[in-house]
Amino acid sequence: MPTIKNLDDLKRIREEALEKKKLKTASGNVQVVVGMGTCGIAAGARETMKAILDAIEKDNLSGISVTQTGCIGLCEREPIVMVTVGEEPKVTYGKVTPEVARRILKDHVGAGKVVEDHKIAM
Amino acid sequence: MKTYRAMVLVSNDPLSIERGSQQVYTKLTEEIAAYGLQDEISLSMVSDIGRHDAAPLVIVYPDAVIYGPIAPENVHTLVEEHLYKGRVVAGLQAPLKEMTGRIAWLSARKGTLPAEQRIVLERAGLIDPESIEDYIIHDGYAALGKVLGEMKPADVISELEKSGLRGRGGAGFPTGTKWKFVSKADGAQKYVICNADESEPGTFKDRLILEGDPHSIIEAMTIAAYAVGASEGYIYIRGEYTLAQERMHRAIIKAEEMGFLGDQIFGTDFSFNLHIHSGAGAYICGEETALIESIEGKPGIPRARPPFPTTHGLWGKPTLVNNVETLANVPAILRRGAAWYHSFGTPSSPGTKVYTMLGNVNVTGVVEVPMGITLREIIAIYAKGMKKGSSFKLAQTGGSSGSVIPSSLQDTPMDFDSFSKAGVSLGSGALLICDEDTCVVDLAKVLLNFFRVESCGKCNPCRIGTQRAFEILTTITEGQATLNDLDTLLELSSNLAMMSNCGLGQTAGTPLVDILKYFRAEVEAHIRLKVCPAGVCTMKPHVHPEEKVHQHA
Repeated sequence: MPTIKNLDDLKRIREEALEKKKLKTASGNVQVVVGMGTCGIAAGARETMKAILDAIEKDNLSGISVTQTGCIGLCEREPIVMVTVGEEPKVTYGKVTPEVARRILKDHVGAGKVVEDHKIAM
Repeated sequence: MKTYRAMVLVSNDPLSIERGSQQVYTKLTEEIAAYGLQDEISLSMVSDIGRHDAAPLVIVYPDAVIYGPIAPENVHTLVEEHLYKGRVVAGLQAPLKEMTGRIAWLSARKGTLPAEQRIVLERAGLIDPESIEDYIIHDGYAALGKVLGEMKPADVISELEKSGLRGRGGAGFPTGTKWKFVSKADGAQKYVICNADESEPGTFKDRLILEGDPHSIIEAMTIAAYAVGASEGYIYIRGEYTLAQERMHRAIIKAEEMGFLGDQIFGTDFSFNLHIHSGAGAYICGEETALIESIEGKPGIPRARPPFPTTHGLWGKPTLVNNVETLANVPAILRRGAAWYHSFGTPSSPGTKVYTMLGNVNVTGVVEVPMGITLREIIAIYAKGMKKGSSFKLAQTGGSSGSVIPSSLQDTPMDFDSFSKAGVSLGSGALLICDEDTCVVDLAKVLLNFFRVESCGKCNPCRIGTQRAFEILTTITEGQATLNDLDTLLELSSNLAMMSNCGLGQTAGTPLVDILKYFRAEVEAHIRLKVCPAGVCTMKPHVHPEEKVHQHA
């Protein structure tokens, strides 16, 4: 990784990272973010994450990036999964069990239908 | 508590009363009843909300529309149009000029509540905490670059002083002033410590920051080290926070690789190294001098103060100790300026506060809101009301050592000065919200049991006082106490507050004093009538389960 010597270096790194991120969000690509704070993990976020990765592998899906994040403060609704399909607005789901995660992948990511009963109004 | 579809607040500060807020309140009650809305809309008085030019104010939630000045004759239109038909009465809205602080915040978000104002938690839950690139994309390390490139240490401190940031660990000490003390202290070697030993029961805001946005703490500590002239830093993370420790560890390695830590940061002569120290589960190590002892490898026992850590801290050297949330504010302030920071919160307590909501409420979790929001608003808007239709009895702010807030104080703006004026303390930001099924004596017993176990035992008032107070509370719950015991409890509390060496003992008596001040009748019922009004205490001598077994054997 490059060492940063001044503000211009920082700006350059920032732009490169942004560019990389833009490629990821280019149309058709899907970003799945799982809340993995202590509260999320305690509520079963690891199982949810595993179910998502398994389903992607099993169904041989492509163009999906799965990342983690910390707690967003809605500890009550953990495990939380945020899904962004292409340039559509981000959808936040609460109480995502492995079962629900598979439904999200099938209905939302696969068929473009938001899983309404687990959606959190933000 | 019932669920209402709307909440109406009427300002009730002296100026508003002078201008007829009582009549407005009476008229509102009548009109709401006239339209048959009394079961759908809650109406309450709220104390000073800082908008004197338009007093008396009427605020309608969930739309967060602010009306003012409102006269009794406007009330009919307001109720008919807004509450009955659901249309905002534009002509009665408070003028937009000079909107600052909290009112500006509410106004900017009207119709979109519940929204939060996130400064500290800006990136938590948004970025990948394990990715330094993600942090940089969201303006990470820009403040550090600006500070090292353009500002002298004294400028950094003066900007922080101007911002009015106050310590978020509980005491509310001005952060800029503390930084100045350390920078002025004599000594070539200085240290910066981040107090992440978040051990107040019910508080988990720091964990959220550490797990969700670890680089913000690294950036803030590096800025702090530059400002005070330190070259070494420690993050003292609570032992139970293993995930936070792992993420912080990886974040430090990444930051070192990219040159945000280590030698010649940003191409300057400034060097700073950061280490993680894991706590071992002692509540007392959240006290800054005990924390310092613990880093030095000694038992976590607080030192006598003065001298303060700002001059004689870690290994006797000047040391800056700041809480996680305090530090998380620093990069944002330096990036956007002190004036920007002052646009949130109240004049004496600018900025936001992170609260952890827990207890008998519908939604538990973490919120970040501007300073000066009232407890009633937090319960109604963010916690979505009390659970199962119960009613609010009391809240405990700031974990075990915090104050007990009765329902009569739930309209006090939550900032450092308003709270200390009301004789309570804001503490670390935990809000334990209890309904009417909570027994105050039982609550106090649980708290004192905690203190009695966690007391380090260095000084007599704390070691013996917490034990005796626990014993007296136990006799009250067993129906064995006399009224004299209440006087003894108060005497114990005042001795604890006056004679203890550190914050643990000094605050251990606070809940006792508060409970006897606000809920004395309930405590006396335990003694005079031998009943527990909340139905929690058994009023029978407690037999230890093991003893029972032995008797049968």
